[in-house]
Amino acid sequence: MTPLAMPPVAIGPLAPVLIVLGAAGLVLLLDLLPRPVGRELIATVALAGLVGALLATLARWGKPGRAFQDMLVLDDFALFANVVICYAAALVVMLSIDYLGRNGPETGEYYALVLFSTGGMMLLAAAGDLIVLFLALELMSLSLYVLAGLFKRELAASEASMKYFILGAFATSFLLYGIALIYGATGTTNLDRIAAAAAGRAHDPLLVIGLGLLLVGFGFKISSVPFHMWAPDVYQGAPTSVTALIATGSKAAALAALIRVLVTALRGSQPDWAVLLWVVAAITMTVGNVVAIAQSNLKRLLAYSSIAHVGYMLIGVVAGGSAGPGAVLFYLLTYAFTTAGAFGVLTLCERAQAEAVEVGDYAGLARRHPVLAAALGLFLLSLVGIPPLAGFVGKFYLFAAAVRAGYLWLAVIGVVNSALAAYYYLRVVVFMYMREPEGAGARLVPSFAGGLALAIALIGIVLLGVIPAPFADLAQAAVAPLLR
Amino acid sequence: MTALLSAVTFVPMLGGLALVFVPRRRAGLLKTAALLIALLVFALSLPLYFGFDGDSADFQFEEQRVWMPTLGVSYHVGIDGISLLLVLLTTFLTPLALASAWHAIEDRLKEFVITVLVLETGMLGVFVSLDLFLFYVFWEAMLIPMYFIIGVWGGANRVYAAVKFVLYTLAGSLLMLVAILALYYRHGAATGAYTFDLVTLARWVVAPGLAQDLMFLAFALAFAIKVPLFPFHTWLPDAHVEAPTAGSVILAGVLLKMGTYGFLRFCLPLFPDASLAFGPFVVALAVVGIVYGAWVSTVQADVKKLVAYSSVSHLGFVMLGIFTLTQQGLVGGVIQMVNHGLSTGALFLMVGMIYERRHTRLIADFGGLWKVVPAFSALFLIVVLSSLGLPGLNGFVGEFLILVGAFGVSPWLAAVATTGVIFAAVYLLWMYQRVIFGEITHEENRALPDLSPREWAMLVPVVVFIVWIGVYPMTFTGKTEATLEALIAQVQSKSAVPRVSLAERGRGAPESGHPPSAAVWRTPLP
Repeated sequence: MTPLAMPPVAIGPLAPVLIVLGAAGLVLLLDLLPRPVGRELIATVALAGLVGALLATLARWGKPGRAFQDMLVLDDFALFANVVICYAAALVVMLSIDYLGRNGPETGEYYALVLFSTGGMMLLAAAGDLIVLFLALELMSLSLYVLAGLFKRELAASEASMKYFILGAFATSFLLYGIALIYGATGTTNLDRIAAAAAGRAHDPLLVIGLGLLLVGFGFKISSVPFHMWAPDVYQGAPTSVTALIATGSKAAALAALIRVLVTALRGSQPDWAVLLWVVAAITMTVGNVVAIAQSNLKRLLAYSSIAHVGYMLIGVVAGGSAGPGAVLFYLLTYAFTTAGAFGVLTLCERAQAEAVEVGDYAGLARRHPVLAAALGLFLLSLVGIPPLAGFVGKFYLFAAAVRAGYLWLAVIGVVNSALAAYYYLRVVVFMYMREPEGAGARLVPSFAGGLALAIALIGIVLLGVIPAPFADLAQAAVAPLLR
Repeated sequence: MTALLSAVTFVPMLGGLALVFVPRRRAGLLKTAALLIALLVFALSLPLYFGFDGDSADFQFEEQRVWMPTLGVSYHVGIDGISLLLVLLTTFLTPLALASAWHAIEDRLKEFVITVLVLETGMLGVFVSLDLFLFYVFWEAMLIPMYFIIGVWGGANRVYAAVKFVLYTLAGSLLMLVAILALYYRHGAATGAYTFDLVTLARWVVAPGLAQDLMFLAFALAFAIKVPLFPFHTWLPDAHVEAPTAGSVILAGVLLKMGTYGFLRFCLPLFPDASLAFGPFVVALAVVGIVYGAWVSTVQADVKKLVAYSSVSHLGFVMLGIFTLTQQGLVGGVIQMVNHGLSTGALFLMVGMIYERRHTRLIADFGGLWKVVPAFSALFLIVVLSSLGLPGLNGFVGEFLILVGAFGVSPWLAAVATTGVIFAAVYLLWMYQRVIFGEITHEENRALPDLSPREWAMLVPVVVFIVWIGVYPMTFTGKTEATLEALIAQVQSKSAVPRVSLAERGRGAPESGHPPSAAVWRTPLP
């Protein structure tokens, strides 16, 4: 009897994910203790796990590693994405503490689920194999489905959760089918080996159909048009803190995985997917921005705005080369800071025992809470892309990549959309600064952790806007290993 | 390498940020501190004038620091003869704007003074930037404080005006961003040096043709909206009428100049062929604007709206002067930018003063003010005469030079543009007559107080400069002529096809070259 050959197990590259999942387990255990512990403690453990993962990620910078026979590739690209994800998740946890205490069940499972989905996101960004990619996507998504329906008593939450689950499952099956076809065409699920097998036969029908199905699946996850329908309802129905996580972390992870698959495995068929994504990008940003104009619910408005931002990011994917994916990576960082901050302000506001989510609730906010209004104003201006805030520099790199690659018209569509978007973001500013409230408007619910999270996000958008070069250069360098 | 220019640019913003820590209820302290900061900035900017070598066309007080090395973006600032005057105009008008708000703004005063100071940094940054990226940052960033000034402290229809202002300007400038990027990559591909540095880029020229034309148009659209060149002017009356006095002063005095400055700084040197090719169209639009603005002003019932439309007309003159591409026209255009800032700034200040007293700006609500407020009326007369171009006051100098330049290009154009001067006399004097002379028709007007010491202090400096430029413009033109001469030479030598320039095409006498700089102003004088 020959002994079973055990593959070498390298724990090192797995360390950041293991820390997050370990913290998730610890949170579950703490929740099970016979004498209940305070939710602050649970949240602190969760936060510590995320910060630990962040530090572990940073410690591995420049030391790329692979584990489990290239199933997991923790290169600089994955590390950069992990930084964005951990940062976003940490902000969400900080924002959740008081928000949940006010609005929902005080349970440890919330934090455990946030951590599980964060682990899934991190794995997704590091997946070097389509199977791992699928598993990571499921880990992330299933946790998010549950989180979206956390407020069990509210109908909208249940609807959001159900919708998210059904459409998500539908999308995942497309993705799985695409993986199967690509496996059929190339005989492997490993991204590098797919690249080798696919080289030279870009027009193999099996491969092209597989690629198309894969794009459908990813389209759902990043909510690009025409697979965006779920986003507004889910964003609106889910708890605001969960919405923030869906908008930042899950989007960052899915886009990172998309880029890795397209650039690593399917570079050979770039002409095919670039044309396709060109159209998707243009439609996504236009639909997102145009529909956002009509929204009066801030969560819906930010949902459509996030759809539009996916459109901008797809510009970078289309542009390709070394500049495009690097610009997307950097944009994800700026976008995570900005969007988490904007949702963060929403979690800190309430009106008459309910969540303040209508634009009208924010009328006259600048008079009642000047600092909070200024914060939301800055986040919105960063989303518009006004310099010297992070959003501007992010867009600048994206458009630069597009112009460089010769996609001049896509860049023009992008800037026209940015001008369009200014209208609805500024409308919120109009309400905050230039209107008087009718009745009692939104008011601030003080929260130390929430305030700290907002402060971090604010510092982030200003810092990234004023001295973007080091971070953008890191993002560009992080893409290099993909392009070998 | 000194940091004087950076200091002038950023002291307002840093001062404004420091004011964040002053408690809201200390209104007096906030106002005084903001005014002192603005005055300090003006004082800081004076050495720029005295240290500026008017015989040199180079950028002076240059500073350059690495900012985003991988992209070729640097913090590069400097001034030449054009930006020097505009920087001084900005630092001069900002304290006046703050002083004009002394009693007018009470609601959220703290935010107001901070916004004005941040705005000043944005405006100065636009004028001193010598890096396209840096320029774009200031250009866009400056929109937001102006948006708040109109939208928060403006009149009844302020939200509409503020949003219109931002969307118009943003739409134009975003296309400019694409053009900047296209220029950057083309320059990089052609020379191997990827840089946003204006001085480097200006030494090179995009091959004439569609690419250069499109880039020119993208830049020109952004600037034309800002100027505003007819037919992109529709945001201006709304913004001006709704803005508080301080906002109108800054808007008319400085913001509009950014458009004309942009043409001078970017369009002409970067896209010489396209500038020459599209020059006639720009000139035509400018002339239409001159006449249109004047006609529309004539029929306004609201003094503020009248002044707003007169800006369209006056800025048309500036554009006309620039695109004649003659020494006279350009010098006239630059000096007219300063003139318009002073005259129209003062007009808005005075309209604001009368509005504070009567809470109306309708011409029909006044009449016979000379008997009640003689000092106000006298100063108002000087400002009105300056705005309509009376010889001996500043407006004449600019308009005269521009018309001389335009006459050399096309006598017909000059003739049509001259009707703008005539109509300026019509609408301004007619307005003055109805407001100041005649019998007092409204009893409320009998008890109006005359100018307060604060108002005297605001108006006298402006009037001093109005007369100064009118009598001895060399103080200012002397600093800018060398720069403009170099600019014309640059445009004509860089345009790849040695074609007859717009200026030479229309000129009757075959005159070669340009008169020496010092003679420019003296020649036309009898």
